[in-house]
Amino acid sequence: MKEEIIIAGFGGQGVLSMGKILAYAGLMDNLEVTWMPSYGPEQRGGTANVTVILSDAPISSPVLNSYDTAVILNQQSLDKFESKVKPGGTLIYDPYSIHHAPTRTDITIIPVEAMEATFELGSAKSYNMVLLGALLKVRPLVSVDAVMAGLKKTLPERHHHLLPVNKQAIMRGLELPA
Amino acid sequence: MKGNEAIAHAAVRYGVDGYFGYPITPQSEILETLEELMPWQTTGMVVLQAESEIAAINMVYGGAATGKACMTSSSSPGVSLKQEGISYIAAGELPALIINCMRGGPGLGTIQPSQADYFQATKGGGHGDYHLIVLAPASVQEMADFVGLGFDLAYQYRNPVMMLADGVIGQMMEKVTLPPMRPRRTDEEIALQCPWAVTGCPSTRKPNIMTTLELDPALMEKHNIHLQEKYDLIKANETRYEEHLTDDCEYLIVAFGCVARICQKAMEEARAEGIKVGLLRPITLWPFPSAEIERLSHQVKGILVVELNAGQMIEDVRLSFNGDTPVHHFGRMGGIVMDPDEVFVALKEKFQL
Amino acid sequence: MTPQDIRRPENIVAAKPRLLNDNTMHYCPGCSHGVVHKLVAEVIEEMGAEHIAIAIAPVGCAVMAYNYIDIDWIEAAHGRAPAIASAVKRLNPSRLVFTYQGDGDLAAIGTAETIHAANRGENIAIIFINNGIYGMTGGQMAPTTLEGMVTSTTPYGRRVELNGYPLNITDLAARLEGTCYVTRQSVHTAAAIRKAKKAIRKAFENSMNGLGTSLVEIVSTCVSGWKMTPEKANCWMEEHMFEKYPVGDLKNTVEK
Repeated sequence: MKEEIIIAGFGGQGVLSMGKILAYAGLMDNLEVTWMPSYGPEQRGGTANVTVILSDAPISSPVLNSYDTAVILNQQSLDKFESKVKPGGTLIYDPYSIHHAPTRTDITIIPVEAMEATFELGSAKSYNMVLLGALLKVRPLVSVDAVMAGLKKTLPERHHHLLPVNKQAIMRGLELPA
Repeated sequence: MKGNEAIAHAAVRYGVDGYFGYPITPQSEILETLEELMPWQTTGMVVLQAESEIAAINMVYGGAATGKACMTSSSSPGVSLKQEGISYIAAGELPALIINCMRGGPGLGTIQPSQADYFQATKGGGHGDYHLIVLAPASVQEMADFVGLGFDLAYQYRNPVMMLADGVIGQMMEKVTLPPMRPRRTDEEIALQCPWAVTGCPSTRKPNIMTTLELDPALMEKHNIHLQEKYDLIKANETRYEEHLTDDCEYLIVAFGCVARICQKAMEEARAEGIKVGLLRPITLWPFPSAEIERLSHQVKGILVVELNAGQMIEDVRLSFNGDTPVHHFGRMGGIVMDPDEVFVALKEKFQL
Repeated sequence: MTPQDIRRPENIVAAKPRLLNDNTMHYCPGCSHGVVHKLVAEVIEEMGAEHIAIAIAPVGCAVMAYNYIDIDWIEAAHGRAPAIASAVKRLNPSRLVFTYQGDGDLAAIGTAETIHAANRGENIAIIFINNGIYGMTGGQMAPTTLEGMVTSTTPYGRRVELNGYPLNITDLAARLEGTCYVTRQSVHTAAAIRKAKKAIRKAFENSMNGLGTSLVEIVSTCVSGWKMTPEKANCWMEEHMFEKYPVGDLKNTVEK
């Protein structure tokens, strides 16, 4: 098993941390992982993306040009990465900030109303966890238990009281994909 | 964890005595992680944010002169500032670890990954005839492992070691097994291991003087000859490299650091199309694995050197053998990182496959 | 009394300190370095500190100070001595760590290292020889060269509009919160030498007591650079240097 994933959106949407939690969950499930962010000023509000690779064999290149799965949170990222999903791959996007929906027919395209769901949940910061839940519904790469273990590991202890909110967001995300 | 964080953890665990640094992207996490770990409370390790890269490397020089295991880290423009101090450390034959997490240049350049400091790292960098032992990690695991390996080599040969990493490995996260905790050496152990160390002069010995000045050219030449003999010994003993599928390869890719990982995937793509490609990854950039490249040059139809620069390591590949095996270069510059497909395309184009 | 009698230990009234060895000094006759070297050696000997003393030599005339005082030394790159001393002291807190620097080393190329080491309050002592000129390289303008003073790079005298003002870095250091003791001394008379020695001792003791950075400036002569006889140089220093660099304590937070 090997899954090459790109997660892309605006800086501040939790793109990098979503990737990080996914990578940590992979670790918990004993997979090989790489997490390669775009870094620098991009983190401060421009576009941000992260490449996560989960594999049961050692991973060679952390830098990729095509992906099995893309999680897309804004138009710029859709424009950039739609063409880079491998034929037969999966593209998950949030229509909330997308004006021109993806058009490819050789990949599975799944809109996920994650922003709406986040508004309903009333906790803006758990947006990325809703998306992560949706991703795991479509591509069950790691278990929710592993995600929670990964989350516990990445969150500083003073934020551990937020674990239930995050779990709730993941569970909500799991229900979203049609 | 991130490559930069792995370096910080490995340094504490190895029992490093002092880290001196100045923030610069993309390696500031090393200093940040060390400050967060507060090793002065556990192992007694000194961590200090210096006023400049120049001060930081001189702090390493001073600390190393007292026999303590000292390190600094920076990225390309900052490493340029350190070059004077590195020359002094090499001249004084002091063990020390210098990390360059390379970014694109020249000048202030970009903060994105690069390998454009290959010449600087392997050919000297500062003034005078000297060499650093240059280790090129290709994974977060090696970022952690090469801290210990670097210091071991630095003390064995009394020579500064540079870990030549890049923004990709510094910033990326992957699985890593950290080395076991070991205590810092005691002052008594240091005195035994480093009889040359400047520690305060007991009545039982003559003063130890760490100087790189020798006004008598005859003596200075003698020192230079001694350095060259030491470098020959390092070349003979410490050349390290890794090979993938070179046994039957018809085309050889030579690449180091993160680019070797990218090329590995390109190699897999090529093999899937029936092109027999092998990969040689120099782990030590100095000393360079010339003998192995010479051996393979008789076997292959062509060599592709892939680097994040305009063609630097390719010179060492070409100097490795006298035959007419064609050697080509493929590189991206200025902070752009090639992807595996580009490498495969370049391979096909250069050798008309 | 025969010469042999004079050399008997019981008849000796003044001797060079044991740590000052017999190597012939490269300093010019009349240079202040020789006197300050002797004071440093005496103080270390009197403190019984040679086994814990680590000295950092500069680039400049004192570059080979390690040839004359038999303690452990580190020779610094030009201007970097305070950075080196910072690391040495932090890594070896039980040691007596001091730098010995000239005006070019400390106040030009090494200004950043000087200010920041002092501002961090590193527990080191800095001996600062200020003779207003670059001696080693042949008498060029120093940051502390006085207005109008002739040097090989200011052949018509230092002009403020071209070269800026003489830098009073000791005043600057006194204003930093990290310094505990900042003083300006000279070694041109027997009385001045006694005072300078006390200042060096205080600075060394402060370092050992972890009280912060101490800086002892010695306003000095450079007979070759100034192109004067030793006697004339001393008079000139009193008349001109002391006006810009008056001797006395600038700061002493240790003794209220």
